[in-house]
Amino acid sequence: MQQDTKRGLTLIAPPLGYAVALLAVPLIAIVIFSFWTQDYLTIDRTLSLRNYREALTDPIYGAIMLRSLGISGSVTLITVMLAFPVAYFVSFRVPPAHKSLWLFLITIPFWTSYLLRIFLWKVILGYNGVVNSVLTGIGLIDEPLSWILYNANAVVITLSHAFAPFAILPIFVALEKIDRSLLEASRDLGENAMTTFLRVTLPLAAPGVVAALLIVFIPTVGDYVTPAQVGGAGGTMIANVIQAQFRDLNNAPLGAALSVLAMLIVTVLALGTIWIARRLSGGRD
Amino acid sequence: MSRDNDPLIRLGGLEKYFGDYHALRGIDLDIGAGEFFSLLGPSGCGKTTLLRVIAGFEGVDAGTVAIGGRDMTRVSPNRRPTNMVFQSYAIFPHLSVGRNVGFGLRKVSGDAAEKRKRVDEALEMVGLAGYGDRAAHALSGGQRQRVALARALVLRPKVLLLDEPLSALDKKMREQMQVELIRLQRQVGITFILVTHDQEEALVMSDRIAVMFEGSIAQVAEAEALYRRPIDRRVAEFIGVMNFLPASISDGVVEVAGLGKIVADDLQSTAATNGAPVAGFRPETATILFPGQDAPGRIAEGRIAEVVYYGDMTYYDVRLDGCDKPVRISMRNVFGRPVLEIGAQARLSWSPGAVTLFC
Repeated sequence: MQQDTKRGLTLIAPPLGYAVALLAVPLIAIVIFSFWTQDYLTIDRTLSLRNYREALTDPIYGAIMLRSLGISGSVTLITVMLAFPVAYFVSFRVPPAHKSLWLFLITIPFWTSYLLRIFLWKVILGYNGVVNSVLTGIGLIDEPLSWILYNANAVVITLSHAFAPFAILPIFVALEKIDRSLLEASRDLGENAMTTFLRVTLPLAAPGVVAALLIVFIPTVGDYVTPAQVGGAGGTMIANVIQAQFRDLNNAPLGAALSVLAMLIVTVLALGTIWIARRLSGGRD
Repeated sequence: MSRDNDPLIRLGGLEKYFGDYHALRGIDLDIGAGEFFSLLGPSGCGKTTLLRVIAGFEGVDAGTVAIGGRDMTRVSPNRRPTNMVFQSYAIFPHLSVGRNVGFGLRKVSGDAAEKRKRVDEALEMVGLAGYGDRAAHALSGGQRQRVALARALVLRPKVLLLDEPLSALDKKMREQMQVELIRLQRQVGITFILVTHDQEEALVMSDRIAVMFEGSIAQVAEAEALYRRPIDRRVAEFIGVMNFLPASISDGVVEVAGLGKIVADDLQSTAATNGAPVAGFRPETATILFPGQDAPGRIAEGRIAEVVYYGDMTYYDVRLDGCDKPVRISMRNVFGRPVLEIGAQARLSWSPGAVTLFC
């Protein structure tokens, strides 16, 4: 028995050490930092809630947090709503022999680095970019559009594109798991194709949709590169502010406090989504 | 009978292809109101395809499907007066038992209380009274089957279609459900169409049986007629056990290896075969005579080649004189009578009236 325990501990030690060193330690460090304060060039290590008071009272942080949630929420809705038809098509319409090929094709955008894809969107959306050249070329507009780059719209477009496969795959998996005879049973019991979709397919795909919502929402709230590159002043998100606190403004403790608050807000929203989804699907996991 | 004049279901000239595969070949079939009808055949014979054509899940390349006197060939499944019990039961995992049973009632007129009453009645009918609030995914196989039955019957269809409903159950449960399905069918009085590959199940449950091979119907008959007077050798081989012995025919007299000569008029029936002529008889139509026993039939001599003991029955393989292939004889075990041993001499009593000639 003792031998088994020892062997078990030996086996889990490397992944446990990895998780502690790379997840737990940084997280604890951030939390501790958030209770310290910056005193010009040195850090005052007496515990205090000053950073939190400042983060919660200065309206700029609240406004940017709200904007982050707004952008991220839009990205999530757009991505999941566009991903569902794609996943549905691959699961229900593509012959089984070709499904893996389709999934493979869907992952092609990932062959290019995230940063390169953002630069490509700059080329597409820019003042003299692809979209504006084409639209002025065919005479649809006289002046290049200025509202498609260096603002929140550009962030939404870029992130929606980047996260599409993350939304398609979990929805596809949920749709694949649906026993096709359930759809026939629904038809047999008097429902047409549309009502069958609403009463059977959609509720059974709900776990995949919820997974897609979370997988897109959680990382995009804290996305830093895209708003920095294509967001301009109007597309600044909470991660950019946190980065500025740590580097440019030399106030790591306030940056840490903002990080902790952002994490708490995302956690609450994610748990809320899961709770609502559970309620809607009748208590089933 | 009214069944012949006014069938509930009339299938005419049905043809169905899956790509190059000819799944249904010229199916003509009438099924009466209130009948317990079975589609029986080996896997791949087209019986499930035929059921799905009746339900509306498969279209046909030629022919018509009429239900209750109305042409339903191009009517979608949700508009047909048929309901199906699927082989996998297809219980909705996200709904409770009660909501599963009530699934099809959404489009039926009536207030919520009335619908709840119908659900409760349907659950009671299948022996699941009080199960309405249970989660569907927590049910056993037999219970799922009952939910599937209640869900179909609650809509009071004209026809209940059952796609191998008992194949997923163990033997005891299967036998119990056979009896219950018969009881249910008598109780609700609607037409049941059962697809099965289990000939015993078809014989036990059905009023009439259609035996199918390779996309076409070989024979439609009541259980006893099917068993006693098969129309051809395929049917005879598929239903129960039959002993086949080489035969030759001349001037109205049939010479059967091991049994001797039979006047053709004394035979039970004649049937078709693709191969050489053979005579066939069922294992229970002949008896092994014990010392001192006499019998009215004719006698054939042989030796016991194999003994299979089943408790209430014993199956003997007997090699008849003048015939290499042993015949199987089933004997009911009687108290005080020993089971014969391999190699023992056996006198067989048989009757020409139990023999079918395949030529």
